[in-house]
Amino acid sequence: MAEMNILEAIRSAMDEEMERDDRVMVLGEDVGKKGGVFGATDGLFAKYGEKRVLDTPLTEGMIAGAAAGAAIYGLRPIAEMQFADFVYPAFNQIVSEISRMRYRSNGTFGLPMVIRMPYGGGVHGALYHSQSNEAYFTSTVGLKVVAPGTPADAKGLLKASVRDPDPVMFFEHKKTYRLFKADVPDGDHLVPIGSAEVARPGKDLSIFCYGYMRTCALEAAETLAREDGVEAEVVDLRTLRPLDRATVLGSVERTGKALVVHEANRFGGFGAEVAATIAQDGFEHLDGPVTRLAGPEVPGVPYHHDLEEWFMIGPAKIVDAARALAAY
Amino acid sequence: MTTEARRFPAEHEEDGRPAALTAADRRALLRFMLMMRTTEERALALYQQGKVPGSFYDGRGQEATAVGPAFALGPRDRACILHRDLGAHFVRGVKPGPVLAQMMGRAGGVTEGKDANMHFADRRVGCVQMVSMLPDMALVACGLAIAFQMRREPRVALTWFGDGATANGQWHEAMNIAGIRKLPVVLILENNQWAYSTPNELEFAVDPVERAAGYGFLGEKVDGNDVEAVFQAAAAACERARQGRGPTLIEAETMRMHGHGAHDDMRYVPKEMFAEWEARDPIRLYEQRLAADGVDVESVSQSVEKEVDEATEWALGQPMPEPGRATAGVFADTDPELGDGEAPWSRWTDEHA
Ligand SMILES: Cc1ncc(C[n+]2csc(CCOP(=O)(O)OP(=O)(O)O)c2C)c(N)n1
Repeated sequence: MAEMNILEAIRSAMDEEMERDDRVMVLGEDVGKKGGVFGATDGLFAKYGEKRVLDTPLTEGMIAGAAAGAAIYGLRPIAEMQFADFVYPAFNQIVSEISRMRYRSNGTFGLPMVIRMPYGGGVHGALYHSQSNEAYFTSTVGLKVVAPGTPADAKGLLKASVRDPDPVMFFEHKKTYRLFKADVPDGDHLVPIGSAEVARPGKDLSIFCYGYMRTCALEAAETLAREDGVEAEVVDLRTLRPLDRATVLGSVERTGKALVVHEANRFGGFGAEVAATIAQDGFEHLDGPVTRLAGPEVPGVPYHHDLEEWFMIGPAKIVDAARALAAY
Repeated sequence: MTTEARRFPAEHEEDGRPAALTAADRRALLRFMLMMRTTEERALALYQQGKVPGSFYDGRGQEATAVGPAFALGPRDRACILHRDLGAHFVRGVKPGPVLAQMMGRAGGVTEGKDANMHFADRRVGCVQMVSMLPDMALVACGLAIAFQMRREPRVALTWFGDGATANGQWHEAMNIAGIRKLPVVLILENNQWAYSTPNELEFAVDPVERAAGYGFLGEKVDGNDVEAVFQAAAAACERARQGRGPTLIEAETMRMHGHGAHDDMRYVPKEMFAEWEARDPIRLYEQRLAADGVDVESVSQSVEKEVDEATEWALGQPMPEPGRATAGVFADTDPELGDGEAPWSRWTDEHA
């Protein structure tokens, strides 16, 4: 076991995969000599050279599109978007080329590639450096979407994503990068895509979350246990698509109550899919309204600390929502 | 440079330009550059005291490139201002107080704490607010120009972007439509040598100024640290645009003297580069020039210092934004006010219309 934070876990996942497989390469803005603006690729340029670690111009469309081309012809690219907010020039490539390639070529071409993106608020990044835009991608058929919340999951899921035969959007909550250290298993640690984890068992209600929300939900669950005697089960989805329906529905069967939490705004957010799944297929186990707690309906995380606090979902808001649901 | 780009200086003379700068204009140019530097130094200090949230971006070394083009605009012209061009806001009439309040996210800031640092513009002085996505705003500037052209108004849309941003497809889309429709748009490329850690040679194989010819219009390179040179080039370009003779790309060569943001250690910049460019500091150079012409530059800098001191005090006295107002302004709740702003320093008269 090694203790590391999420950023270190991501770096070591890329390092190990590049070491293991010559086809794995990295491309993005400032990922080479600088080692990425958050330091995720630090050291890779020195170790693997400029042919496998490409500093690109400021061109997200090219980063995604060229990664796709490279993937078609035998490489396994890991593309970095400097911030998830800047993915939009690449959106066309991701939606039009990348997500559909396997299907429309009738399986002739596949795209084993990963797009890593730092997302999320809580770092005073304001509207253009704080976005949680996962729902654009979870609503696109043909993409896998992953959002880890612990160092072990970040490492295991990134390694699994690199080896996956299909394109994976890999969301890294930037607030979690250096938030805490935790054990990561030694050796070739893999976490399968498509499996959720019960991060904390409980019997009274289920909290479904991912990314940074895992940390917040676990803290909220401790408060609920201590102050209310409510035992919340925290389910970290880890992969948003494909959704681990069995784990989600299994948890609802145990607790009868579901609170779905994310930082992205609520309307049409990923939580709607989770909530609808529970409402339709877990109906007979439900003992309260499927509840969503999500970011407010404004176009982005505002800048000033007080406004950002108002926006962000944290343990206190989760506790409030869980109390209301538990009392139902 | 291509022949098309080279032809430009000759045509420049034919235009009967350069516009004569009066003694007051020259003092104003210095004043705006000093205002930018002093305000940014103050904001950096506030950042270091933890009063500016997030990160802090400035345009140290690029003051001439920010101020010169803005000074060439008339009050009816419009400016789409980028993150290293604080001086352009000042030329348009924004005061340092609301800028410092903006950087601290205070209620008295231009966006009342909603958007960050340089992501603001005061519509009343004819400016449009940037977004981080580079260079999205180049296309927006083309849209303003389309509106002016459609209504036959002799007005100009001017915008700035960095060397890094010229790689992005949207920049090429803007250049293309500007050329096709001969839009009254002036495009200022601030080549500060770096796009974060990425040097010019990893951004483009051909100097972007040469691309202008490929899109069917003029491109010119100027010394971006010489405020009068940048002004003259921009003034000629604005004049051409107003006469319906199409867009101009001006590449102002300069240097980003600070990190990409205050968090950036700039490890990747060779030390000699700073020394070389420090000797060409746009403010020091212009001070020397004006002093040689008998201008009392000391009094200009003292008055700027005083104004920024007062502005800082005012900004620090502004309240924090009210979270209750955070949901306001997603959609219009009244009929939006139309019309265009007045700018305070005007060279515009209605005879131009
Ligand atoms: C579309 C997009 N991708 C990535 C970024 C992240 N980013 C912010 S500034 C910057 C470098 C910009 O360089 P340049 O255009 O030369 O402008 P400068 O900051 O040097 O003035 C990058 C990559 C961005 N803002 N927009």
